[in-house]
Amino acid sequence: MNTATPSLGVVMLCHTALDRAAQVARFWLKAGCAVALHIDSAVPQAQVTALQAELGAHPLLRMAPRLRCDWGSWNIVAASQSGAELLLREFDSIGHVLLCSGSCLPLRPAADLVTHLNANEGTDFIESVAVDHADWITGGLSRERFTLYFPFSWRKQRWLFDRAVDLQRRFHISREIPRPLEPHMGSQWWCLSRATLDAILTHPKRKRFERYFKGCWIPDESYFQTLVRLHGRRIESHSLTLVKFDRNGRPNLFYDDHLQLLRRSDCYLARKIWPQADKLYQFFLTDQARKMPPVPPEPAKIDRYFELAERQRTEGRAGLYMQSRFPPDDSGQAVTAGPYSVFSGFDQLFRNFDYWLGQVTGNRAHGHLYAPERANFHGGAEVWHGAISNSAALRDYNPRMFLTNLIWATRGERQCFSITARDHVPPDLMWFMAKDSNAQISLVSGCFLLPLFRGEYKPDDVLAHVAWLQKREQHMLSVLQSRWVRADVRVWTLAEFLNAPESNLQSVAAKIAPDASIASQGLPNMQSLDGLEDFLRALRNKGLPPVLLRDFEGRTGVR
Amino acid sequence: MYSELSPSQDRWFRFRMDWKRRRYRARAIAKARELSCVKRARWGREAILLFCTIRNERDRIDWFLKHYRDLGVDHFLFVDNGSDDGTLDTLLAQPDASVWNTPASYRASRFGLDWLNWLMLRHARGHWCVVADADELLIYPHWQTRPLRALTDWLDAQGQPILPAMMLELYPKGPLHTAHVPPGTDPLTALQWFDPGNYTIARKPLLDCLLIQGGPRARAFFADQPNRAPTLTKLPLVKWDMHNTWVNSTHSILPRHLNAVYARGAGERISGALLHTKFLPQIVDRAPMEKARAEHFGNAPVFDAYYDAVAQSPDLWCAQSARFTGWEQLEELGLISRGGWA
Repeated sequence: MNTATPSLGVVMLCHTALDRAAQVARFWLKAGCAVALHIDSAVPQAQVTALQAELGAHPLLRMAPRLRCDWGSWNIVAASQSGAELLLREFDSIGHVLLCSGSCLPLRPAADLVTHLNANEGTDFIESVAVDHADWITGGLSRERFTLYFPFSWRKQRWLFDRAVDLQRRFHISREIPRPLEPHMGSQWWCLSRATLDAILTHPKRKRFERYFKGCWIPDESYFQTLVRLHGRRIESHSLTLVKFDRNGRPNLFYDDHLQLLRRSDCYLARKIWPQADKLYQFFLTDQARKMPPVPPEPAKIDRYFELAERQRTEGRAGLYMQSRFPPDDSGQAVTAGPYSVFSGFDQLFRNFDYWLGQVTGNRAHGHLYAPERANFHGGAEVWHGAISNSAALRDYNPRMFLTNLIWATRGERQCFSITARDHVPPDLMWFMAKDSNAQISLVSGCFLLPLFRGEYKPDDVLAHVAWLQKREQHMLSVLQSRWVRADVRVWTLAEFLNAPESNLQSVAAKIAPDASIASQGLPNMQSLDGLEDFLRALRNKGLPPVLLRDFEGRTGVR
Repeated sequence: MYSELSPSQDRWFRFRMDWKRRRYRARAIAKARELSCVKRARWGREAILLFCTIRNERDRIDWFLKHYRDLGVDHFLFVDNGSDDGTLDTLLAQPDASVWNTPASYRASRFGLDWLNWLMLRHARGHWCVVADADELLIYPHWQTRPLRALTDWLDAQGQPILPAMMLELYPKGPLHTAHVPPGTDPLTALQWFDPGNYTIARKPLLDCLLIQGGPRARAFFADQPNRAPTLTKLPLVKWDMHNTWVNSTHSILPRHLNAVYARGAGERISGALLHTKFLPQIVDRAPMEKARAEHFGNAPVFDAYYDAVAQSPDLWCAQSARFTGWEQLEELGLISRGGWA
């Protein structure tokens, strides 16, 4: 391209990191593009002088009159206007004017952009979305940006700003939108053709439009976007500048490690670059990019990357408790990371129940994780995933986090374990599991008696011990049968369960592994219940309240 | 895991903690006379400062300085608590370090906090500050590609004045004394293992902070008295305000609201990790000395068994230990989070 006849003009709005802005300006100048630099009037004169000294006098470089550009203020538009006017006036050959900021970085060689623009002569590249259909607006104001008065700054006088909006809504105050304007919005970074810019800047009603837009909220996102609909012949409603906003409406910064992502962008510029991202500036402003083999553009990859990060920030990973994520009980989040199954009574009824369960469902089933002696991990392991210790004291120090840690550390593998009335399951843990929709709790009541019946251990005071166990089981039952339960709960009495043990077991196993068939493994080995009647009768005769024996009615004939 | 406080109780706790903050600041000012300045250098208005209390860390100091210089710390402020192994000379030789010296008791100054509170009150106002011990190496999401300045700029934009970074205790495979790390080299070449997921968290409503415990020390040394296990919560990067005061090591800070660095609703906020390189081989020989000094714990005799166990050079490694590969791994394990800093 001939330096005397630039076909592209670049308006750069700068307010910080002037050295980077100078670097980018030189990039455009070197490629034969005309540049109009606008430097915020808040920047100290010394820095501006230094910048001018650094750039030197260049035939294609112009300095635009300086204005104070606050966020969302009209002066941003005014600065863009004056920059564009300056370029159009001084260089007749310019076909397009590109608006970018001092922290925008060109992602492709300038020649590529010039070729692209020359091939699309007369086309305007500007994101311009009818305001009634723009669903990405954050902050709650869409059409009202154009119809309310905004005497207060949103950044500095937020409370007054909000009250003013409330008042106007209440009294239905509304400004008239000058005809024939149709409000449109979009990214403030555009690339417009000479014809369109000329039409906008020389329109007979320009003064009227300006007066109107000065009262709008964030006119830099709507002035050109609206007017281009009036004059533009061919509008490509897609900005040439890549900007990723976070949920607060601030642009995400790009750092050195985004290099590979940015190479895959289909945009020509990216905003905003962290000023000290040396590698990015080094890569994209030299001809290094040319030397590397080109990569096919995958803009979806960039979108996905930032969407994932945003989702992690707003939703987080379910069931994770960590130093920067610690939701309270009622946050409405899933409280554990994945589904798990809790059994009560089954291992007292069946020999080697956990082994059988593992065979049927293909999982590694634990024993009693909350046993008073230790956490009985599968296979008697001393530590489980996550280096979770089997120490009872460590577990009882925070029983809930023992569970959530276990579920988190074994994501992807369903955890199955047993509890019983004797175990160290505090009430809050029981509630926690019952309210957790990830939990599947199957309980056969009354089974806590069976180890006593078989004489597996002999407490000093059988009656007191049984009464204690019964009280604990009653509590478990009352929790599991309360109306707050969100877990998948099945409760049988022993007698009910024994009516159809096979189908009951099948229904439980099917929830863990839908295609599990207990036919192939057979029923687990049931322990003998012969003599249970005598044991119960003896207990009752010792003075045990008969309410307990209800669970065995039908099966044993105890009356 | 917890319920929010009622507004009146919250106000009451805030009131109590505010007076605690004043008390600690007065105490820090009173303790200022224990410090004597050995070397004072200058730093810029925007400098990122690092505050550290140190004693006999000859083997670690070189790597410590290198790690934090690479992260972009501009100036180091050391309190040397009577080192006699040449650490002080090393510190004095650094161009970007200021050094204060004190022979006074570490324990009596609330484990060095009174000194740090004073120095930070005096010098840190308005600066982003790292506060770390010589055996703690701060990492955070993207730390290899984005210097501390990038992080602090982003935190400033988010209006978050503090970064949580829990202590992640690293240990070797095999008895502690067998790991070999030449002085001045990366301790992570020998200490490669950590516990990936056995940390328990409780919220302390009075300070509104999280109490994180667990890890290899809880597993190996405190399995029968977990409440004694070391606190792993840390807030090592903070934009210092003249009203701030450390309460309990860098586990918690006042004013109270600064401790609330965790997402309360859904979501995650940003956090890093402090790689704790305590278990270098020297610890085996130092354990009996530290036991005799009894300077590190308020209720020191309770921890005698711990020192005895360390002196036996135990093997902390277990079958479920994870080998440290980088911050991405820690994030995947849910120990740290980028919290939207994409």
